[in-house]
Amino acid sequence: MKENWDLVIKPHKGLLDVDLKELWDYRDLLFMFVKRDIVTVYKQTVLGPLWFIVQPVLTMLMFMVVFGTIAKIEVGTVPPPLFYLAGIIIWTYFSDCFIQTSDTFTTNANIFGKVYFPRLIMPLSKVVSGLVKFFIQLVLFLIVYLYYGFSLGSVPFQFSLIWLLPILVILMAGLGLGFGLIFSAMTTKYRDLKFLLQFGVQLLMYATPVIYPASNLPDGTLKQLMFYNPLSHIVESFKRIFLGEGMLTVEGLIYASVVTFAVLILGILIFNRTERSFVDTV
Amino acid sequence: MSNVTLSIEKLSKQYRLGEIGTGTLSHDLNRLWAKLRGKEDPYSLVGQVNDRSIQSKSEYVWALKDIDFKVQKGEVLGIIGKNGAGKSTLLKLISRVTAPTQGSIKAKGRIASLLEVGTGMHPEMTARENIYLNGAILGMKRNEITEKFDEIVEFAGCAMYIDTPVKRYSSGMRVRLGFAVAAFLEPEILIVDEVLAVGDAEFQKKAIGKMKEVSRGGGRTVLFVSHNMGSIRTLCTRAIVLDQGMQVFDGTPDESINYYLTSNKVDMTQHLADRTDRGGNGKLVFTEVKMLNNLGGLTQEIISGDKAQFVISYKTNGPILSNRFLLGVTFWDKNENRVLGYSSDEMGMEFNEFNSTGEFILDIPSLAIRGGLYDIKLVATEGGTQAEHMLDNISNAFTLTILPGDFWSVGQPNRSNNMVLLDGMIHHV
Repeated sequence: MKENWDLVIKPHKGLLDVDLKELWDYRDLLFMFVKRDIVTVYKQTVLGPLWFIVQPVLTMLMFMVVFGTIAKIEVGTVPPPLFYLAGIIIWTYFSDCFIQTSDTFTTNANIFGKVYFPRLIMPLSKVVSGLVKFFIQLVLFLIVYLYYGFSLGSVPFQFSLIWLLPILVILMAGLGLGFGLIFSAMTTKYRDLKFLLQFGVQLLMYATPVIYPASNLPDGTLKQLMFYNPLSHIVESFKRIFLGEGMLTVEGLIYASVVTFAVLILGILIFNRTERSFVDTV
Repeated sequence: MSNVTLSIEKLSKQYRLGEIGTGTLSHDLNRLWAKLRGKEDPYSLVGQVNDRSIQSKSEYVWALKDIDFKVQKGEVLGIIGKNGAGKSTLLKLISRVTAPTQGSIKAKGRIASLLEVGTGMHPEMTARENIYLNGAILGMKRNEITEKFDEIVEFAGCAMYIDTPVKRYSSGMRVRLGFAVAAFLEPEILIVDEVLAVGDAEFQKKAIGKMKEVSRGGGRTVLFVSHNMGSIRTLCTRAIVLDQGMQVFDGTPDESINYYLTSNKVDMTQHLADRTDRGGNGKLVFTEVKMLNNLGGLTQEIISGDKAQFVISYKTNGPILSNRFLLGVTFWDKNENRVLGYSSDEMGMEFNEFNSTGEFILDIPSLAIRGGLYDIKLVATEGGTQAEHMLDNISNAFTLTILPGDFWSVGQPNRSNNMVLLDGMIHHV
């Protein structure tokens, strides 16, 4: 007799067996997690959601002093605050996605150990709450941007490229999520990676043209190496849209998209394998 | 189509003993190597039976091995077993918290567990926000929660504090809130694991009421794990017994409880012949005591309110004056209080001629004393309690455990503040 089971639990499942319908069924949970992330950050604080803005502003000021005034790194023709702020907010989105999702299993061991829901909801919610934060910071950036626009008389905004913006954001989210998923799965067994991650992200920032324009690099191996880093293309394109300066090539973006896709697939694959029994090893 | 809502087939779960760390990587590589060659996982062969008491020889252990049962729609299945028998592991596998090593679980409809209520509640968020968050974690839709919101708040009894952060709540109130959300889930299969131990009496009553309502009215399936045999007996329609990760019995709650209580000790009989800590002149000597439960099984544990039978064997060393003989059986609690006593003279009993060996049988239709450990003292005299008439006198002749029961058959464990439970009824006129 053939039975219609709604649920069959077996020891192993397919490599890329992601139940998209189930994920969709749990969209309310995703929303609640995002709300929790956003709301609880500023509970019992005086400045509240303003804290989302304080951080990039202070970072920008610090960069201006250290890299602008002391190290005297050329940033091109754009006002330095705009240059740094643009780099900071797009980079912060990536590093947030990466770091926040990379400890999915270890920080949620408690809740994962008690109740089932598609585990992918958790890292996805981090990406979405990061996005909310990113938009708040983007608004801040636009305010600063408009201020400089009025005082300079014109802004270097590339209207013809605005359609690229959502693509860049998606690529950043995808890369952050993909790397985060890989790390989250590996750290459940090998805690060593947690230590690597902390300064790894920091080093990665210096390997990406965040605080300096890519055009500063002399042609040669170094520049070649930098363009193997998919993040370089995304950050540079982002700056190009707003600041009118930055490397933007079709090949670069295609390369970044391919890498993002590959990392994301690999991440989901590893995550999927881990989620089923990580409770036993964490 | 059959009415089976949950089918467990050859389910096994292996755990690794000791610390995870060194050797993890090498074992992983070994596994990968075996897999690449199309061989079976080398570590799945070496696991051993889950017996806590012996030193393990293997690094891997089977927390569950070849569990196989089906649950029908509307059934309330009790799961009985000692600590570490695999009950929680089984529930974890069914609730998909972790994956099985071998075998499969098939289910129809939504599975929800009350394994731990209040999971994922955030202390900084208000009760209102937490109800939505907790509901979503348990798999409810937003509009589903909105529909039941008022009922949930009423059930939890926290309407006044609905916009207060949960961190200001007492732990009992948090449990209430968590349980209230879980109670309004409408799963086809509900898993309940000892949650009833928390919360105050009023809340426990609500919780059990809800559980009964779910199982009876809704025609839904409940899996119930408890150490309270009384609750198992009144709430369940069937029960299985797990021991060392294996399913050792499957039957009615009564049969399963009997199996569980009678099988886990080696020798249930108390041998008294060699005891020297006794008084009396030795003309009659108690040789052994054993207890039989309502199903006639030898045991040392019995549920409060159950039928009990004590078989007391003796041998004589000379003639006994049966018309002057007196037997006393008294029950003493751990604080040396005499709780209960049976004296043959008080009961107007007359004895037959004594042979060289024989038995006294004490039948108690309802041993309704509160849960705990009790010692039995046996006294046999010939004509009075003075020393010269004393035949045999032995304290701690038998130790029995009374398990908290469900005397009124309402699905609620009896409180521990009563010495004895007597049949009775309250009428409201």
